[in-house]
Amino acid sequence: MKIIILGAGQVGSSVAANLASEANDITVVDVDRQLLLDLQDRLDIRTVYGQASYPDVLSRAGAEDADMILAVTNSDETNMIACQVAHSLFRTPTKVARIRSRHYLGFKKLFGNDAIPVDVMISPEQVIIDYVQRLIAHPGALQVLDFADGLVQLVAVKAYYGGPLVGQELRLLKDHMPNVESRVAAIFRKGTPIIPEGDTVIEADDEVFFIAARNDIRTVMGELRRLDRPNKRIIIAGGGNIGKGLAQALENDYNVKLIDHNPGRSKQISEELDKTIVLHADAADEELLLEENITSTDVFCAVTNDDEANILSCMLAKRLGARKVLALINRASYVDLVESGDIDIAVSPHQAMIGSLLAHVRRGDVAAVHSLRRGAAEAIEAVAHGDSRSSKVVGRSVEDIKLPPGANIGAIVRGTKVIMAHHDTVIEAEDHVILFLIDKRRVVEVEKLFQVGVTFL
Amino acid sequence: MQLFVIQRILGLLLMLFSFTMLPPLLVSWFYAENTVLPFVSAFLVTFITGTVCWLPVRRHRSDLRIRDGFVVVVMFWTVLALFGALPFLLSAQPSISITDSVFESMSGLTTTGATVIAGLDALPRSILYYRQQLQWLGGMGIIVLAVAVLPMLGIGGMQLYRAETPGPMKDNKLTPRITETAKALWYIYLTLTIACGLAYWAAGMTGFDALAHAFSTVAIGGFSTHDLSMGYYNDQPLIEIVAIIFMLLSGVNFALHFLAWRSRSSKYYFADTEFKVYATILLLASLLTAAYLYWNATFDTVGEAILRGVFQTVSIGTTAGFTVAEYHTWPGFLPIMLLMMSFIGGCAGSTGGGMKVIRVVMLMKQGGREILRLVHPSAQIPVKVGGKALSDRVIEAVWGFFSLYVVCFCVMSLIMVATGLDFVTAFSAIAACMNNLGPGLGDVGLNYTSVNDVGKWVLCFAMLLGRLEIFTLLVLLTPAFWRK
Repeated sequence: MKIIILGAGQVGSSVAANLASEANDITVVDVDRQLLLDLQDRLDIRTVYGQASYPDVLSRAGAEDADMILAVTNSDETNMIACQVAHSLFRTPTKVARIRSRHYLGFKKLFGNDAIPVDVMISPEQVIIDYVQRLIAHPGALQVLDFADGLVQLVAVKAYYGGPLVGQELRLLKDHMPNVESRVAAIFRKGTPIIPEGDTVIEADDEVFFIAARNDIRTVMGELRRLDRPNKRIIIAGGGNIGKGLAQALENDYNVKLIDHNPGRSKQISEELDKTIVLHADAADEELLLEENITSTDVFCAVTNDDEANILSCMLAKRLGARKVLALINRASYVDLVESGDIDIAVSPHQAMIGSLLAHVRRGDVAAVHSLRRGAAEAIEAVAHGDSRSSKVVGRSVEDIKLPPGANIGAIVRGTKVIMAHHDTVIEAEDHVILFLIDKRRVVEVEKLFQVGVTFL
Repeated sequence: MQLFVIQRILGLLLMLFSFTMLPPLLVSWFYAENTVLPFVSAFLVTFITGTVCWLPVRRHRSDLRIRDGFVVVVMFWTVLALFGALPFLLSAQPSISITDSVFESMSGLTTTGATVIAGLDALPRSILYYRQQLQWLGGMGIIVLAVAVLPMLGIGGMQLYRAETPGPMKDNKLTPRITETAKALWYIYLTLTIACGLAYWAAGMTGFDALAHAFSTVAIGGFSTHDLSMGYYNDQPLIEIVAIIFMLLSGVNFALHFLAWRSRSSKYYFADTEFKVYATILLLASLLTAAYLYWNATFDTVGEAILRGVFQTVSIGTTAGFTVAEYHTWPGFLPIMLLMMSFIGGCAGSTGGGMKVIRVVMLMKQGGREILRLVHPSAQIPVKVGGKALSDRVIEAVWGFFSLYVVCFCVMSLIMVATGLDFVTAFSAIAACMNNLGPGLGDVGLNYTSVNDVGKWVLCFAMLLGRLEIFTLLVLLTPAFWRK
């Protein structure tokens, strides 16, 4: 696939890195020569220097035969104009733009082929905010991912001693919860994946990925670990776009405090938020944290743009008595470093965001992609089309589908009905099939499965 | 200070004001009363004085500065109150002194509604009409009216508007041009008056009384053509209900009426914090009053307790000051509570008096902020009204206003006590005048005839102070203002 990425900032470069490893032709456009040079040294990509929205720059970047344009410069307006230029002059089929401002996002009519031709809008901050919000709604979960507009969720939890199912075989899941349909998609034991079979035994400290309907998540989690009480008191460190957005999303349901060290910014946020208490202070100030009752805080979220500050303030908060700490960490190597230690949840912004992009890069009709385990594994929601002759999945039961090793089908969403996949479940046309891939390198084989044969067209 | 420009404007306005003495002349002629001469002579004196002021300086045209605006506004109310007193002084009925005439005129123009005339029912109709008209003119402020007219004469209006329109949000403009804004507000005022008059008339008042009371209702004034005030219509509950509705409407920010009228929807009212607080306060106080009156068996029937209770609460709460009963003799805490409600008063941008609801809201929120700060010493806590944070500058101004209000209130109350009044009378008279309410407690529950001359001048000052939102008047008393 030929993809043009406009903007070589944090999002642009991490997307480039991610997509380049999947044998795509990537061209990155930016106005900072140094950034482009650095990027070209590291990755197997082409770079073009210039203003992203100018037609000649886009033309030099190969817009004529590009399959997709990804506008992620830091200006909403540049992104929109670039999409318009690509649409009007180059007829680029898929146009994705980062649009941050809520003022634009409120109007659905604004975007479309007869208005501003943006096919997909992504807002990285919003993705991360939603991601953290789901984590807070499910205390104890390491990851919570939505499929089929939230009907089905994939949840990662760490199994603990004391969970009724820990030390038991998976086939007993049904006996433990007769009324709840759920499937374990994968188990990671000390970082290595285990393909779950009926006789697999869950051990303490396993990272268990399971799929269930949204309302059943809590019951299933209760089988794997002692349930945490619902989160109530939350402290957010960092008042950037993410911190503010998070406070805004949470303040009606939780008791939220936000700490920012910049006097101007904290004042500004305090004016925009209604119920959140905005504190102008240093998030790593022990006195302040104690004064603000860190000991009875349920979740401490460090979401500044400084990895080290996030990690340190989280460690401090944890030691002072916060029940759960969550750090936003950009650098992939840090994530592995800290997640086994004091920090309960490390959120990698790019990982959280890349999924929403991958869904559009994948061949076949893919509704959602979530990148898991730092990009090693992947969960895919694919739509089955065609009939039993043209498609390799429709009309077949789950056991007959030739899935690559390490992949399994977790659930099927038919209309608004959620069906947990059993070996004899037959897939129908237009079903949303939720697959779990332990090894991302097998993704091409899965894509092929869901591509409809030529006869269908 | 541009003295000549101020003199020119003053002359012009006096000339304009003189023409307001002509409608009473028509009334006088219509009812064949012997008040033609007083009105004609008052008209001539005012008009000639105005002309004499204006003629020599008529060529001095330049824009007003803010300082000039303050002087013009204050001069205006004092000078107009003095000239407005002429018909009272010149007419044989009522035969009152200069002090009383000025008091009556000032009370009218500041829409206070305190009166020193007993035996209103026996007065000539033209005099009664003139009193009501004074309130109506004072209501919206002759200045706002003049702002719509004066730009045609080449006078910058913005300074006047800023100095005149009550309330803390002076920078809010409804339309791009100030003249248009003033016109729009004035149309609303006129529409409300006409609607109110028709409603009174339909509810059973005579045509004359309907017009007279419409003038003083929409102006949140409180003058009546009867000694008993609205109590005269005690057997016609419909009239009281009409009065309640129009007092409530007039106590609302006129900018809200304007927005609602322009968009043909009521959503602006319910989105406005000040309106919500205003409505809530009046509703709760009305319920409390009615319940207490009923529980105390002050009135015979439930209906009467409710109607009188609600009417009196709204009338005092909006600072209109009509009375349906001798509220100062009501049992328990009611008289004091009602008087205290007049400190809150109407909404900013209405014809009501008092400190204005929005200021009280801000003071309360600021108080809450201080409490919250004790719990979270490093928190940034903005004071928000309607979801918008207010700058500290506004809060400071409101606190300054409040402290001066309290100081002025205390000092003037003490002066009143020093003139020989008892404490309740002195305290309530100052409160009623400063809040532009009208009737007080004790000896001034019905009228102010029992107050001595010194007291009356102090009360005149209090009325002026309240109407001009204290700062406008006090700034003239500072030496820094007059320094070159």
